Amino acid sequence: MATTPFIKKTLGLETAEPAVTPPPHNNAEKVLKKPKLAGGRKRDIPEGLWNKCPKCSTLLYDKDLDANRKVCIRCGYHFPISARERINSLVETCSFEEMDANMTSVDALQFTGVTSYSNKLESYQKSTGLKDAVITGIGRLADYRLALGVMDFSFLGGSMGSVVGEKLTRLIEAATDKGLPLVIISTSGGARMYEGMFSLMQMAKTSGALAYHARKKLPYVSVLTHPTTAGVMASYASLGDLIIAEPGAMIGFAGPRVIKDTTQAELPPGFQTAEFLLDHGLIDMIVPRNEMKAVLCNVLDYLGVDRKRLAALG
Amino acid sequence: MRHQLDFEKPIIELRRKLDELKKHPDAHALGLNLEVEIEQIEKRLEETRCQVYSELTAWQRVQIARHPKRPFVLDYIRGAFTGFVELHGDRLFADDRAMVGGFAQLNGHRVMVIGTQKGRDTKENILRNFGSAHPEGYRKALRLMRLADKFGLPIITLIDTAGAYPGIGAEERHIAEAIAVNLREMMLLEVPIIAAVVGEGGSGGALGIGVADRVLILENAYYSVISPEGCASILWKDRAATAKAAEALKITAKELKAFGLVDAVVPEPLGGAHNDPADAVALLKVQLLIHLDELQKLSSGDRLRMRYQKFRAFGLFQENNAPGSEVAQPEAAPTPAQPA
Ligand SMILES: [Zn+2]
Repeated sequence: MATTPFIKKTLGLETAEPAVTPPPHNNAEKVLKKPKLAGGRKRDIPEGLWNKCPKCSTLLYDKDLDANRKVCIRCGYHFPISARERINSLVETCSFEEMDANMTSVDALQFTGVTSYSNKLESYQKSTGLKDAVITGIGRLADYRLALGVMDFSFLGGSMGSVVGEKLTRLIEAATDKGLPLVIISTSGGARMYEGMFSLMQMAKTSGALAYHARKKLPYVSVLTHPTTAGVMASYASLGDLIIAEPGAMIGFAGPRVIKDTTQAELPPGFQTAEFLLDHGLIDMIVPRNEMKAVLCNVLDYLGVDRKRLAALG
Repeated sequence: MRHQLDFEKPIIELRRKLDELKKHPDAHALGLNLEVEIEQIEKRLEETRCQVYSELTAWQRVQIARHPKRPFVLDYIRGAFTGFVELHGDRLFADDRAMVGGFAQLNGHRVMVIGTQKGRDTKENILRNFGSAHPEGYRKALRLMRLADKFGLPIITLIDTAGAYPGIGAEERHIAEAIAVNLREMMLLEVPIIAAVVGEGGSGGALGIGVADRVLILENAYYSVISPEGCASILWKDRAATAKAAEALKITAKELKAFGLVDAVVPEPLGGAHNDPADAVALLKVQLLIHLDELQKLSSGDRLRMRYQKFRAFGLFQENNAPGSEVAQPEAAPTPAQPA
């Protein structure tokens, strides 16, 4: 296995990649009209939004893409998906009881940056329709009642501040109290800088809650989606009994730019992708989004979840 | 030559003047009496020192926390503890010299002491990787903490790191997991744990040995989710905004104490620990003993519950959309399951 010599060439570099690093390859183009193609099929094609797949350049009609859970029909590229869509793709209709839906962040530090944190929050709440970067609740997946937390990258890069930490901690505690399995689907650039040390402490808070969930021998499956990095990766996202990643997801602790600047070394091909992590023995498996529900059902069976008992409770 | 910081210039200038006057070769021959002048300058020097060091900005404190002459973790271990028996390795891959640890005695108390170690010169810095640990360091720390837990030794961690090492090997051997596991496992260790940030408290790399019953921080140390440089280049797109970022992030000991994010601020000698390392070591020792004594009076069940609730309570948020609703510092969480 390749190793890096213990030499640091530059000092004072941050460990964590920014909370708001944009994902490197989600620059999918959206065009209002399908560009002219050779051939005369255009009359069959309804007007609407077309998405160009960044991997294979196929033009994909919005509704087809949605129907395939935002996975390219041709090459399997996983487009970003919102937390709501993901929840709908996993839980049974009307079974999801959301927790703490109205919890919002406050500008505890009165952060005086280029723009204020309060303004940022307001504009992201408007543009995403979300209150913060995670949705939590208890729902039913096939016959299993489970505690489910799903992050959304579109809200401030899925960064973890007090709200993300508190909602997840309450979810984990609820799972511990009710004896429920836990699934957290992560996507995050890391801790939310605007909340300073309050955000760092969410790592300890969520991991501590998981300690007590694990102590009751309850299962926790962590699902890593594009991208999951820094403070989230260095806390609950890495603590699953099982760790599953979506294909092509970028997963790591430090950002690739920081690593390159610090080590002055070329990064190996595919560095910090789900496939790289699988090869290095760091995750259990890679599961495409369309198979996620079936795989979760299957593995929960092995993790001591009594299907019938929970169904009766549910 | 003493390593000097920009904001110390007025002090250095006065010191220089004072030295000149004291050494004035012709003073005696010329029958000049410089005593009055010397006295005045000495007074001004003292006033200036007090003024400069009492009004330090966040960024100035970061510079003191990173001062190359500041006592490092091994200086505290050798100064405040006796009989240090260093233990090596994570039993998996390597001995990370950026993370040191072993048995030691603190005023007769047998403890496990663990911390991140920086180097004083290039050679030592290569050995210590500038105090930035790899996954091996965090796994070694956990190995030693579990050993301490098994044999009932209180744990003292001393933190001084710019952060965990951002490298290729670190990622390949899963530094994120190494830190995450420490956060989870430290929450369940039954022995008392005290963490003290003695210099730099750099993000997850610091927290990775920082889950404790008591978190102390030295007066000029800092503890931050991201380095001021990193924050400046991301939010301001400008490294020159580093001082502003340091201010905005609220990373000084005093601010962290005001937010309740640390339990106690350990005073330093005037001008920083490097001005009187022996005194700095003694000041930390006093605080460690006070907190160790308090923690040992509690049952392990009480300690575990209080440790959980302490971290559980960190976070500021709003619960309802009702206008003017209170910002909630959440109440202590429902008591977690008692340790078996
Ligand atoms: Zn495609």
